Amino acid sequence: MAVNDTLEGTRKITKEAAAQRDGQLMPLLNDFSQELTTLNLGPTHPATHGIFQNILQMDGERIISGVPTIGYIHRAFEKIAERRPFYQITTLTDRMNYCSSPINNLGWHMTVEKLLGVTVPKRAQYIRVIMMELARITDHLICNSILGVDTGAFTGFLYLFQEREKVYEIYEEVCGARLTTNMGRVGGMERDLSPAAIAKLRAWLKSFPVVMKEFESMFNRNRIFMDRVVNVGPISAEKALNYGFTGPNLRAAGVDYDVRAMNPYSSYEDFEFDIPVGTNGDTYDRFIVRNEEIWQSLRIINQALDNLPEGPYHADAPHYYLPDKPDVYKNMEALIYHFKIVMGEIDAPVGEVYHSVEGGNGELGFYLVSDGGRTPYRLHFRRPCFIYYQAYPEMAVGTTLSDAIVILSSMNVIAGELDA
Amino acid sequence: MTPESAAAPEVAVAEDPIKVQNARVLALLHQLFGEDTFTDVEEQYGLLSVTTTRERIHGVIAGLQQDQEIKLNFLTTMCGINYPENEGKELGMIYHLHSLTQNIRLRLKIFFPVADPVVPTLSNLYAAANWMEREAYDFYGVIFTGHPNLIRILNVEDMDYHPMRKQYPLEDGTREDKTDLFFGR
Repeated sequence: MAVNDTLEGTRKITKEAAAQRDGQLMPLLNDFSQELTTLNLGPTHPATHGIFQNILQMDGERIISGVPTIGYIHRAFEKIAERRPFYQITTLTDRMNYCSSPINNLGWHMTVEKLLGVTVPKRAQYIRVIMMELARITDHLICNSILGVDTGAFTGFLYLFQEREKVYEIYEEVCGARLTTNMGRVGGMERDLSPAAIAKLRAWLKSFPVVMKEFESMFNRNRIFMDRVVNVGPISAEKALNYGFTGPNLRAAGVDYDVRAMNPYSSYEDFEFDIPVGTNGDTYDRFIVRNEEIWQSLRIINQALDNLPEGPYHADAPHYYLPDKPDVYKNMEALIYHFKIVMGEIDAPVGEVYHSVEGGNGELGFYLVSDGGRTPYRLHFRRPCFIYYQAYPEMAVGTTLSDAIVILSSMNVIAGELDA
Repeated sequence: MTPESAAAPEVAVAEDPIKVQNARVLALLHQLFGEDTFTDVEEQYGLLSVTTTRERIHGVIAGLQQDQEIKLNFLTTMCGINYPENEGKELGMIYHLHSLTQNIRLRLKIFFPVADPVVPTLSNLYAAANWMEREAYDFYGVIFTGHPNLIRILNVEDMDYHPMRKQYPLEDGTREDKTDLFFGR
């Protein structure tokens, strides 16, 4: 248990922080307990990459204890979802991990499809795999290149963002949006992969590996970088499991748990890929695991694109999947289904379903309780970084402030997902 | 519900290996903790789900964490739920456990009255339970006895209600231009 993890400890630290802010707390002579400095890291600190606060007690440059305060962008998604029909919840999932929104969107669609018993055709599944892997790559790119920025290397960040921009252009071809993608529909994709999208994807698959190699050659064996990250913020496998770590952070600690391999969804069983694992669970391992996962994702995208099956891009599920717009104008049934779906007159079956996908930073789970109405009775998101961020004080205590920043950025905590 | 949608879940019912596995897990649960510990055994979409009582939940989860045969030692998630019409069982907690070595998932539920929402904490078993329980306290007002730091986590500290309870509607109740006649809840 972390040092600060008592109610008294929290209250004491927050009270002292407030007192120091108001200028009331003056250090007394010979009272060593007052020589500690309270430092507010955040809520809007450029190095926290999101709106969350850490109240740190510092002894010189060393961190004695830390209290994370979260909830600054809490938007009550779970409550809002209880009043929205299923297709309107997709836009909520966008705003959780906004660095990899397609994974959230498609994970949510798969949850609803599991509840409804809709089987998605192979082509749609493969398109989804491509999109989810692209999202994973952009997610890891941001995390790793920002880790570079936090250790003082700005070049990698700027260079990789050019490639991320190209991925966003592919998103635009597929769903029309860039950041909050609202991609896919319950039952499949909203449109087929266009020739333009495939052309952009193929071009990117050629250009990106070159850039990625350059990025890796700049960082992986860089003396300065390694001095900053090797053995910084290590966590053992047992502890990581106890803290509910998933995704690259858990794999860096040496546990090969990946939802894609363990509970394959959306035809992941068709593809060949490796699950990289680290040994120490330190910042360097997390960085290397993410880099390696980018290569594995590229492998999956290449396989999916080469073996892209022909066929429809959505299930034949007229009760749930919106009909083509031209049909709505000409065709009576299409008009009725369109009306019923949009007005939310389609009832879902009664049931409970838990579905999880491998998100950018861990197991992203959706626990959906349906009582047969048009909206979920209860929807709970298992947000990976909400769960593993609790380990942060324990990882940061005893390190210096500059190390704490690096640990935070290597954990890939996304404020939108943290607070939901 | 339409007849078509009623037939839909039948398609998704899991095939045999999962049923066999769930039967094995259930037999083990009965062997470890006794048959009367679990009620409402369900197997929706292949995931075994059992209901137990709040007096037993800590023992069950601790036992499963220690058990070397099944190794259900990963707490995937937990969340609260509110059924205001269930007299004496208005609030609930739902736990998802996962065995990473055998890939077995288990859902445990407990229900208790809203007037007495006291549940033993799991934070002495799982460090991950700490914030999940604070979230359940924040949203549903479930009091976890033995929790080291049970304060609100996502909402502001001086909030005086627990917003995820069903008694608090999402829409402003005084509005008259939006009726629920056509638009469901």
